[in-house]
Amino acid sequence: MNPYRFSPDNAAPASPARRALLAGAALLTAAQSLPALAQLQTNLNELPPLPAMEEFLAGRRVQFARMQLEIPRVADNGNSVPIKLGVLGANAPGAVQSIHLFSEKNPVPRMAVFHFPPAAARFDIESRVRLAGTQRVVAIATLADGTLCVKVAEVLVAIAACLDGS
Amino acid sequence: MARRAAIPLALIGAGAALCVSLAYAQSPAARAIPLTELKSGLAYTGEDVRALQADDFANPGMLWVERGEKIWNTPAGTSAKSCAACHGNAKSSMKGVAARYPAIDAKSGRLFNIEARINASRTGQQQAEAFAPESEDLLAITAYVNYQSRGAAVGVAIDGAAREHFERGRAFYYTRRGQMNMSCATCHEQNFGKRLFAETISQGQPNDFPIYRLEWQTMGSLHRRLRACLYGVRAELLPIGSPELLDVELFLAWRAQGLKGEAPGVRR
Amino acid sequence: MADARIQVPPQVRRGENFEVKIAIRHAMETGYRVDEVGKPIKRNVIRELVCKYNGAEALRVDMSSGFAANPLLQFWLVAVGSGEVAFEWVDDAGTRYAERAALTVAG
Repeated sequence: MNPYRFSPDNAAPASPARRALLAGAALLTAAQSLPALAQLQTNLNELPPLPAMEEFLAGRRVQFARMQLEIPRVADNGNSVPIKLGVLGANAPGAVQSIHLFSEKNPVPRMAVFHFPPAAARFDIESRVRLAGTQRVVAIATLADGTLCVKVAEVLVAIAACLDGS
Repeated sequence: MARRAAIPLALIGAGAALCVSLAYAQSPAARAIPLTELKSGLAYTGEDVRALQADDFANPGMLWVERGEKIWNTPAGTSAKSCAACHGNAKSSMKGVAARYPAIDAKSGRLFNIEARINASRTGQQQAEAFAPESEDLLAITAYVNYQSRGAAVGVAIDGAAREHFERGRAFYYTRRGQMNMSCATCHEQNFGKRLFAETISQGQPNDFPIYRLEWQTMGSLHRRLRACLYGVRAELLPIGSPELLDVELFLAWRAQGLKGEAPGVRR
Repeated sequence: MADARIQVPPQVRRGENFEVKIAIRHAMETGYRVDEVGKPIKRNVIRELVCKYNGAEALRVDMSSGFAANPLLQFWLVAVGSGEVAFEWVDDAGTRYAERAALTVAG
């Protein structure tokens, strides 16, 4: 009596019908992953679904213009990613009221809000942020007249090569 | 007859051994990486990390250097003396000092790294409590002292009492260990320049320490970094300040001869 | 000690925009990390940072764990007169910090 349920003899599918079924299943799985491949080309001209951001927008329309968001395409380390924010053409006092920064995948989606006083005349900000994995970040500037200018960027965040338990 | 021949043979053997050991003393080891091909870890980091280290304001390690400067000027212990009381202005008195460490302490005969030297003065001359290993204050004062060796060429002595430490450190470096059964050389001599996941393997040079490691989100010593490597190959972690890590530190400094100090470093 | 470094230009002309930089030593503990025995490390991040230029609010930042540890911030002010650029920040633990830098404005 063979003590093993699956011996080498039993491993390969025996009948042609079974082989066809398995081949079909493999093809179906491959086909289903094609849309995922298409998603690798992230659309930066649409806002990612983000409840915290939607709450802030409260249904207001946004313009994909003027907002400048400089962030590396590939981050050296997700713990500290350099970021530059700015609003093109905004150089009059009070031109920008605030800049919001949202994260698609961080546990705290509303990363930062920069509030400018009416006397402010230059709205460039540089800082360093934490990103919990590859994701999109969204910068939204609220101009003096209430216009919302938006920019979306995607950052690839790799984990460290060697785990560090020091 | 055989016994009479054995004595001259023994003498010849002893003479040969002496010659070999003398030659060995002059060139202790062939350098796996020639001195002209040494490269600081900066050559293997990303652009952003390089820029961050180069920017003296944005370099997070400078926060520790500044804190170290405050400690340098603060009286401590029952002596009520600051480091400055004996050493004056660190910019001149500490210039190039860290580049010569680890070194044998003449008084105790032990191998000291900079941290040990600082604590020896702390408890001896200042009559204060030693800084705890890897504490914020020790990292700060080490960063400040090592900062004074910026641009100074690394150069340590491995003769005399230092010799046995150097040999032990070198043996450690080339010994495979851990579940992954890798030695330091496996990555840092046989595979530097090659990619490991998203990172490029460096030569494992010590001239930028202590470093602000983005992965740690704080400042850390060379011994901490060595522990991180040990963890990476699933080997037993050795304590900060342990004799084994100290011996490796001496070997690494010898191996880095001529590289310029760049503390405080920034790494991912 | 309020470990922070502030950088302003050595001298600025009245009416000019000038860059202010601040680097703060703060672990910005996210609250998602655990210690060696698996116990969660309590969250403590800087909640708010305010910059005042000669007493008037010049920038206010609502911060979160989304900022990197030992945060760095660079921004711009308009030179209205000599005096000081002062920062105040508070973290989740309620600790308040302050640091200031003198500013010289010519003209």
